[in-house]
Amino acid sequence: MSTSVSSISNPKLSLNILTEGDIRQIHSATLEVIESVGVKFPSPKALDILKAHGAKVDHETMVARISGDVIETCLAKAPPIFTLAAIDPDLDLPLDGNHSYLGTDGCGVEIIDAFSGECRRSNKQDVYDVARVADDLDAIAFHWVPISAQDCPPESRGLHELEAIWTVSKKHAQTETILDERQMRAAIEMAALLAGGKGELRKRPLLSIMQCTISPLAHDTGSLEAGLIAAEAGLPVGFMTMASCASTGPTTLAGNLVVGNAEVISALALMQMAYPGCPVYYAAAQTAMDLRTGAYTGGGPEDFLFGAATNLLADFYNVPLSMGAFATGAKEPNWQAAVDNSFSSFMAVSTLSDMLLGAGLLHGSRIFSYEMLLMDAEIWSILHAMFKGIDVNEETLALDAIREVGPGGTFLTHSHTVEHLGQLWLPTLMDRRTYSAWQVKRDGAREWALSRARQILSQEPLESLDPALKIEFEKIIETVEQG
Amino acid sequence: MSEDLLAEITESVIGGEPETVIALTRQALEMGLEPMEIINQGLVPGMDIAGEKFSRGEFFLPHLLIAAKGMQNAMELLEPELVARKQTFKSVGTVVIGTVQGDIHEIGKSLVGTMLSANGFKVHDLGVDVRIENFVSKIEETRADIVGLSALLTTTMIGQREVIEALVEAGLRDRVKVLVGGAPVSQSWAEEIGADGYAEDATGAIQVAQKLMGAKS
Ligand code: B1M
Repeated sequence: MSTSVSSISNPKLSLNILTEGDIRQIHSATLEVIESVGVKFPSPKALDILKAHGAKVDHETMVARISGDVIETCLAKAPPIFTLAAIDPDLDLPLDGNHSYLGTDGCGVEIIDAFSGECRRSNKQDVYDVARVADDLDAIAFHWVPISAQDCPPESRGLHELEAIWTVSKKHAQTETILDERQMRAAIEMAALLAGGKGELRKRPLLSIMQCTISPLAHDTGSLEAGLIAAEAGLPVGFMTMASCASTGPTTLAGNLVVGNAEVISALALMQMAYPGCPVYYAAAQTAMDLRTGAYTGGGPEDFLFGAATNLLADFYNVPLSMGAFATGAKEPNWQAAVDNSFSSFMAVSTLSDMLLGAGLLHGSRIFSYEMLLMDAEIWSILHAMFKGIDVNEETLALDAIREVGPGGTFLTHSHTVEHLGQLWLPTLMDRRTYSAWQVKRDGAREWALSRARQILSQEPLESLDPALKIEFEKIIETVEQG
Repeated sequence: MSEDLLAEITESVIGGEPETVIALTRQALEMGLEPMEIINQGLVPGMDIAGEKFSRGEFFLPHLLIAAKGMQNAMELLEPELVARKQTFKSVGTVVIGTVQGDIHEIGKSLVGTMLSANGFKVHDLGVDVRIENFVSKIEETRADIVGLSALLTTTMIGQREVIEALVEAGLRDRVKVLVGGAPVSQSWAEEIGADGYAEDATGAIQVAQKLMGAKS
């Protein structure tokens, strides 16, 4: 069971992707869209709240037009900093604008079995197993429900998934699969039991919620209503846009940012109208449609640019960001996966996006692979090393050592070398052997990643959840199932 | 003269100018051209060429869809004229399509629908989050040959089975072929629930739909 998480903080590298003027233009265009075109809120409850705050509401089309002033005033109420609490407080994740954390991806529909290699439909045991492996990796700071527990009833599936994760991990959990009021109330009840009461949960939210918007410029009934219930309980709530260039958003990247931004900030404003000061976050996974097939790409230069640009918007609104990265469309952990996931994560971290989703999925977030999870963790460790940048000071300039070694000498045996060895990165999956050593088995990253996952899975599971709580969880789930 | 106009209609379909397609179609009607002539010698060749360009990689999806939109708009204009003449433009088959209840994923379903209509099917798109009874009543009303059920969520794919069961109950199952698709759906799921066809993407959906029509006749 992990006792620490590896976050990226105080990065030495940064990227200039949008100027302040660019951001202001995107912001003004967004307000204009929300005010003149409007955003669809297909929930009477949401529309009533919006109307009470001065929005022009068309009850027939369910479109609300909200003035820019109102949006700005509401967003200003959102706390700029809050913590995603973990069951083990040492694993807490402060979202203070100075950390990037990596989570698993969610929520795939199939899994490549770690032992048989078969690609099959996922079940609750898989959620439990992936959580065990993710828990073991320092690179993974929080869990998303990685794949669906398809052997559980649809009406309580999201709860079974949370139970599986909480049974074996003390890290923070974020879910995207609780879309209705009933399951949301039950999830809050479960989280409150874990936290030691509703008041405690509010102080230490062990669970955060992610809902999707429907590009262009619309929201989903269930997501809005479930989001409001979570906000009421003090759980951090994020709304994710997936505006896709050329289909659900304009082809042009700036226009796509405007559409997505309008969706996200209108939802965050609604949460603030209902529960001023509740913790909310921006979430995004914009992409570009594949021009030939219409497919969701989950990679490519547009995705990478969005990855870096979106955090500037979230920073502008002073809320944390959860950014989709690592969402390769590759079918196996191969060249494409490495290119996609390295670039997307690098770009998102370059502007210090607070939360990055998500390690481990292939085929545009549809197939879970243990190999990919371990490889994504290794990419994270490279980023971790890179973003430390280059320290320049007396000690690192190493003048004394250079003087002592002199022309033609060696640093290998110098004490300065040994003192600083820990600063050099060590791979676990990169092949740096000789050619002949490789020739023996012709193995590499994939085999090593898989064997590491198998090793973790073969250990006796460490169930950290109090058995008495587990019984309570099961009762709550049963109540939901009985309607 | 009329040949020139028909050629212009073809060009405007290919060129992606739905407004022009409508204007030219109206002009052709005013000139006294027969609706069937406009369809077979103006619109259909345009759609065929757009389709060929798409297969060759010269056209991208938006080009193809705009061409289809032009054709569709013109068809709406021509439909009453055909009715007035007691004629029908024989479509390849009639399809009712929608995303099942509880699921709001639209992009893939609409793409499949549009591509089917671009390939000569008459498509009734019921949208997303479609209730079982709406599928059933639309199938009855339109005497559809095929019903297309899209589901993108593992929690809603079960809705595909429920529609099939409802079709059995309504005594319609023998009259209509069931085509399923969507991210979590697979050939084995299609077999498990007793669907007649499964396709992984829009191109596949057209091929399967054509095959199902062959099996019907
Ligand atoms: C009739 O015969 C046929 C034949 C073929 C058919 C067919 C019917 N239907 C489809 N096909 C096939 O042909 C089409 C064309 O080639 C293809 O259609 P596709 O739809 O596959 O392809 C489109 C052209 C492009 N692809 C897409 O549009 C889907 C892409 C992904 C990323 C996706 C998107 C974009 C969206 N989503 Co959602 N979404 C995902 C998707 C992951 C993925 N990579 O598939 C998936 C499906 N979504 C998921 C989830 C969880 C959700 N989504 C939700 C919402 C959304 C958006 C609104 C943000 C957006 C949809 C926008 C819209 N207007 O449709 C929510 C659902 C709400 C609801 N009640 O339905 C929400 C629950 C998230 C939330 N917390 O709100 C996941 C499902 C997981 C699961 N285990 O079930 C998911 C796999 C992503 C993930 N890993 O999290 C084929 O499947």
